[in-house]
Amino acid sequence: MSNLTHLDRLEAESIHIMREVVAECEKPVMLYSIGKDSSVMLHLALKAFYPSPPPFPLLHVDTTWKFREMIEFRDAVAKKYGLDLIVHINQDGVADKVGPFSHGSAVHTEIMKTQALKQALDAHGFDAAFGGARRDEDKSRAKERVFSFRSAQHRWDPKNQRPELWNIYNTRVAKGESMRVFPMSNWTELDIWQYIYRENIEIPSLYFAAERPVVQRDGVLIMVDDERMPLKNGEQPVHESVRFRTLGCYPLTGAVRSTATSLLDIIRETLLATTSERQGRVIDSDAGASMEQKKQEGYF
Amino acid sequence: MVTARDLIAEDIEAYLKLQENKSFLRFITCGSVDDGKSTLIGRLLYDSHLIYDDQLQTIEKDSKVSGTQGDKIDLALLVDGLAAEREQGITIDVAYRYFSTANRKFIVADTPGHEQYTRNMATGASTADLAILLIDARKSVQVQTRRHAFIVKLLGIRHVIVAVNKMDLVEHSRSRFRLIESDFQELSDKLGFDSVTLIPMSALNGDNVTTRSTAMAWYKGPTLLEALESADVDRAEEHSGFRLSVQWVNRPNLDFRGFCGTVAAGEVRPGDEVIAMPSGKRSKVKSIVTMDGEQPLAVTDQAITLTLEDEIDVSRGDVICGKDDPVDVSDQFAAHVIWMSDKKMLPGRQYRFKLNNQTVLGSVSELKYKVDVNTLAHEAAKTLDLNEIAMCNLSLARPVVFAPYAKNRRLGSFVIIDRLTNETVGAGMLDFSLRRAANIVWQDLDVGKAQRAAQKHQKPCVLWFTGLSGSGKSTIANLVEKKLFDRGRHTYTLDGDNVRHGLNKDLGFTDEDRVENIRRVSEVAKLMADSGLIILCAFISPFRAERQIARQTMADGEFIEVFVDTPLEVAEQRDVKGLYAKARRGEIKNFTGIDSEYQPPQHAELVLNTVELSAELAADAIIGYLDENGYLSNAL
Repeated sequence: MSNLTHLDRLEAESIHIMREVVAECEKPVMLYSIGKDSSVMLHLALKAFYPSPPPFPLLHVDTTWKFREMIEFRDAVAKKYGLDLIVHINQDGVADKVGPFSHGSAVHTEIMKTQALKQALDAHGFDAAFGGARRDEDKSRAKERVFSFRSAQHRWDPKNQRPELWNIYNTRVAKGESMRVFPMSNWTELDIWQYIYRENIEIPSLYFAAERPVVQRDGVLIMVDDERMPLKNGEQPVHESVRFRTLGCYPLTGAVRSTATSLLDIIRETLLATTSERQGRVIDSDAGASMEQKKQEGYF
Repeated sequence: MVTARDLIAEDIEAYLKLQENKSFLRFITCGSVDDGKSTLIGRLLYDSHLIYDDQLQTIEKDSKVSGTQGDKIDLALLVDGLAAEREQGITIDVAYRYFSTANRKFIVADTPGHEQYTRNMATGASTADLAILLIDARKSVQVQTRRHAFIVKLLGIRHVIVAVNKMDLVEHSRSRFRLIESDFQELSDKLGFDSVTLIPMSALNGDNVTTRSTAMAWYKGPTLLEALESADVDRAEEHSGFRLSVQWVNRPNLDFRGFCGTVAAGEVRPGDEVIAMPSGKRSKVKSIVTMDGEQPLAVTDQAITLTLEDEIDVSRGDVICGKDDPVDVSDQFAAHVIWMSDKKMLPGRQYRFKLNNQTVLGSVSELKYKVDVNTLAHEAAKTLDLNEIAMCNLSLARPVVFAPYAKNRRLGSFVIIDRLTNETVGAGMLDFSLRRAANIVWQDLDVGKAQRAAQKHQKPCVLWFTGLSGSGKSTIANLVEKKLFDRGRHTYTLDGDNVRHGLNKDLGFTDEDRVENIRRVSEVAKLMADSGLIILCAFISPFRAERQIARQTMADGEFIEVFVDTPLEVAEQRDVKGLYAKARRGEIKNFTGIDSEYQPPQHAELVLNTVELSAELAADAIIGYLDENGYLSNAL
């Protein structure tokens, strides 16, 4: 057997998938959510099309409640690689002053993420959208195809998916219909971290521990990222060394206490957490968060 | 003993280095729930520490309530619980699960349930290099074992591990195991796998799954995990000549042309001589380009970008091969087809075939027989239903580059796509090329196209007139035919109206019907050209793709596209048949130029502007073209 390692093979598969989209679809786009999985996906795209830049734009659906560091990171990355970055904000939601504090997370997510994504996809007429979701993330993803068909209303019909054999992907859609394409379907969380380490991929600083102002609510540490966060009576932000295991809207993303300031520290912490008896619960809430995140991103 | 956990805590860098060099194995598990498949997969996940503690707590709790194992943990619940089918009412068709050991990462394709079994198993097997076949030690080789083994073999998996499970229920009997071994031997002799490893085990107790069984000390072979970790699934592709199926051409600027694709076989180095198929053009590899610099070597399964020394024309679907053994090109194949749709497969119906980075129209020209997957018997059939497997002859609209599936899975596999719904309705494996066209012309017929044309002192061709309704296609074609007739030529005119009254009277004006209309006309024109005639075809033929198919139906140089270029305003003004007026009133639907698109030709042999040219002069221009290009010379 040849010497290709499992990461080599995963990389090759992802690149093959990305090239197939570019060769066959008319107007692809990459959903870019700024997290570590998006960072890996972008890195794969840079490799797949080198020396050309990725021949599609990046789309970030900005809920206006993202961590400020995420937005800085996003803009820096786009500038560094000369990427065509589309930022879409649901202006109807802005006009209605929709936010997680005033409307609750479910309404906020529905309007500012799911609706916003559909708006952006429809407005630009994208017929294929890359997403960074993985099959190991949650239950409903285990059976989703790499090329996942969406109706003109962006609906996924899990009972009626196209069989997907070998590395042959059926990319054909009628006008108005589209594909969600998941080039990293077969990666696991550990693969992602190993690849970030091997390829030295930049990720936002929020993944690294730093002193940040946080308050504790319902057992979750929430960072006070800007003045829009209403503090309850007697609530006083305290500076603690924390980091984030997933990134999203700051009011909806719990921090973990940590002193991991290097990539190796983070990976060690992550790996130990997944096998730890005491911290099992962290994984549980984390898995829940990733599901939440994907729903927010309107994949389903 | 230093555990992974200790290493992670103490030297994360060393741990990651260790992990980086893991190999990769994709396998499929075949068996029903009764064989203990879920328990087996659960055991593998459990023993390789892939289960989070909270999941474990849930399982422990569930095991007490609904488990079947008394006080013990029911590992089957773990897999079934993960799968979520019960919660969501979704039947998981193929689920992929991931686990890894210190040396290897594994992807398991698991196809639970009995429904759609053939389709799902084929899907899971298509990307696997190894299969675990479960056999219940109490039952030995069953009908379903035969079915699983057959599908596994059909999909090209050459390595099989037979998990003889539930040995605890046959008192760990060595003689029972030997009996099953000889039963299976009979089956595997028939199918011919490269390697077969039988392991007696009890997934329930963990015997010989990840830990060696003390109850079966007589067994000296590997445990299941040892067998999975050490399985050498070396594929024939890796040792054959180089093949790169071009997936995408990378052209960031005029100075760079990179051919991107996944290496389907062999390896390649800069300086290697290569031949591009189907063109047969030769060149040398200039470089293997990556973001991390040029590479000295690329191997099978890598997704690469190649540049060549010479500017040869290579596009998507072409295959760049090592110079000594290029792949074949054909449009007629013998193939195995697995049908995956509720709608029957009908021989003769046009489907899209996607293979090897190409999508081509084609049909099953002959259904030889279908295979009863339980008995492996061949049965006569006229159509194929969901989950049926058949041996067929395929006929594609144009030649494609391929390799037999047995030699190369990437270059010999295809999926079948419905033209109307775009659904994937089938999949298959190319067995060999039929090369039928060559056989028939050269062996069966003494009087051929050349002889017929010579007798008529002309070179057969098709003058294909395309343009809007009322552009003057039929008028000009009629004049051309008269002039040719006067000069003693043998001609025939096919036009939209005369064909639609007969041959194509079952077709309307939807896009699909327009396509079929043109396809049939092309085939008729081809037969007429074969009989030595000069054929004039006057059809709106609004779509480029179908005119292209018509062109490809004919031999090189036989297809002359004549674009009767009349602007819509002019054609509408003329409105000889009053059709535009009706279309504008909405009385005719799908009228080209009004509510249906016309795609003008980009490379027509002749463009006739009827605003500037009279019909007479246009006809003369065509005769002039035929004269100049030797279609009317007496000598052949």
